[in-house]
Amino acid sequence: MNRRSWAGLALASPALAIVAVFFIGPLVMSAVLAVRGKDGGLTTEHFAKAFEYYSTDLAFSAAIVVLSTLGIGIVAIAIAGYLTLGEHPRTLAFLRWLYRWPLFIPFIVTAQVMRTFLAKNGMLNHVLIGSGLIEPLQAQSLLDWRGIVIAFIWKQAPFVTLLLAGAMAAIDRQHIEAARNLGASRLRVLFEIVLPQARRTLLVGLVLSFVAMLSVLSVPMMINPNSPTMLTVDIAYRINSHGDYAVANALCLMSLVLASFGAWFYLREAARKAQA
Amino acid sequence: MTAAAARPSVRWRETIARIVMILLLAFVIFGPLANLVLWGFAERWYFPNKLPQEFGLTFWARVFSPRGGALGSLGTSVAIACLTVLLTLSVAIPAGYALARLKLPARTLILLIFLLPQAVPNLPVYVNIARVFYELNLNGTILGVVLVHAAHGLVLAVWIASAAFAAIDVSLEEAARNMGASAWRCWTTVTLPIALPGLIASAIFVFLESLDEFTGTYFVGVPDVTTLPLLMFNASMGGNYQIASITAMLLLLPSIAFMLLVERFLKADVLAMIGR
Repeated sequence: MNRRSWAGLALASPALAIVAVFFIGPLVMSAVLAVRGKDGGLTTEHFAKAFEYYSTDLAFSAAIVVLSTLGIGIVAIAIAGYLTLGEHPRTLAFLRWLYRWPLFIPFIVTAQVMRTFLAKNGMLNHVLIGSGLIEPLQAQSLLDWRGIVIAFIWKQAPFVTLLLAGAMAAIDRQHIEAARNLGASRLRVLFEIVLPQARRTLLVGLVLSFVAMLSVLSVPMMINPNSPTMLTVDIAYRINSHGDYAVANALCLMSLVLASFGAWFYLREAARKAQA
Repeated sequence: MTAAAARPSVRWRETIARIVMILLLAFVIFGPLANLVLWGFAERWYFPNKLPQEFGLTFWARVFSPRGGALGSLGTSVAIACLTVLLTLSVAIPAGYALARLKLPARTLILLIFLLPQAVPNLPVYVNIARVFYELNLNGTILGVVLVHAAHGLVLAVWIASAAFAAIDVSLEEAARNMGASAWRCWTTVTLPIALPGLIASAIFVFLESLDEFTGTYFVGVPDVTTLPLLMFNASMGGNYQIASITAMLLLLPSIAFMLLVERFLKADVLAMIGR
């Protein structure tokens, strides 16, 4: 290492120290507390208890997050695809202005917004009844797993769309024009030419959303606090009501394992990029 | 396109489909927000009325009265966000410069370490940091909350700062140095001013993240630090939708303002360098 490298490390070290002390340290502590018994030895009893009480919620969390990620992907591909291949300038301009509104709206505000919008007497039901699509007696509250999924998609899809539309805009237009001139439909151009080239960006956006959704406490707590619910609500409950850090940390490790599936996808993609 | 132009009926059907889709999307995005605004100005709103029976501002007066706590929480939130920006940028600017310009060993690894707080579920960290802070008497203090927010905001700050420095044409700095400017003068009159829009963008990102953060504050800030998101959460869980909606609107304003401004600060040349 030469002088420049040392200078660089010195400049980067305060920032690295903050991440190490206030993020990596507690993370390691979580793993330790989850497997440490009362006598200080290694134990699996916290995991056994966590599984016994919360295996339904584990499956529920996984299902919600996978479903939301798929939904986000579909919405992002549809909107970014139209932004790239659409031909009507005014629609494009309006869509570009429209889709990003939820981009910086915090999860907790999204939760409050959906809590009123999707309720039995919320605006969604009033509009559906008013337009004659459903009878007043058919109005139902969507504040269960559906509410969580809708809130997650509403909040995260614009973020992935923004990334994806950026990647699609960077693609060489000649590829698209050539395929269009040869008579390929826009749908076919989207799936066979545009999307494969923007795949990595889509994946990164989806993985970041996947992980973010796994650690959101406010949305499940405010939309669907009753069992079955997401692991985050259980973790908060174990701590606030029982002071039970051991089981809470076992649950934390479970959500880390779920998240590592996302990280695995990302690393595989990064490794492929490094080879290329 | 030429085929469609030849058959007017097809073109009409396409136009109508396009308008319907756009209106549907507009409802999906603005419907929930409109519902929130209605709640903010509703004096009385009981099932099954489609709209509030009475509009008014009494709840606004209540929120902003000294006992409502909104002004106090707003002050706390803004103070925490400003301190977080100060702390984050003071370590992120040197780190970003080092990552962009100096030959760092294990550069990719360092970039990934900063990504960690965004790529790993945060709940385990908050839970355990709260436990440690409790013993250090940092729980319920502004400093404790600022440290947690800073660790989380660093990735954005470091990555954007690094991109901002990487996007600068090195020959501009070389020209300044060749004409006899000292390293410090070159930094303050060339490098920093060119990187400034990117640095402002990263400051705004960190500010918003801190302002909107809920989960960390929920665990570390109790019982003395009440930020706006916590105030909103308590009002909503207590069933007071007016207060919750008004607080939510206060949180929305900066988010939407930034959504409309982001492209002014984050130019395409900097965006393209993020994460490189």
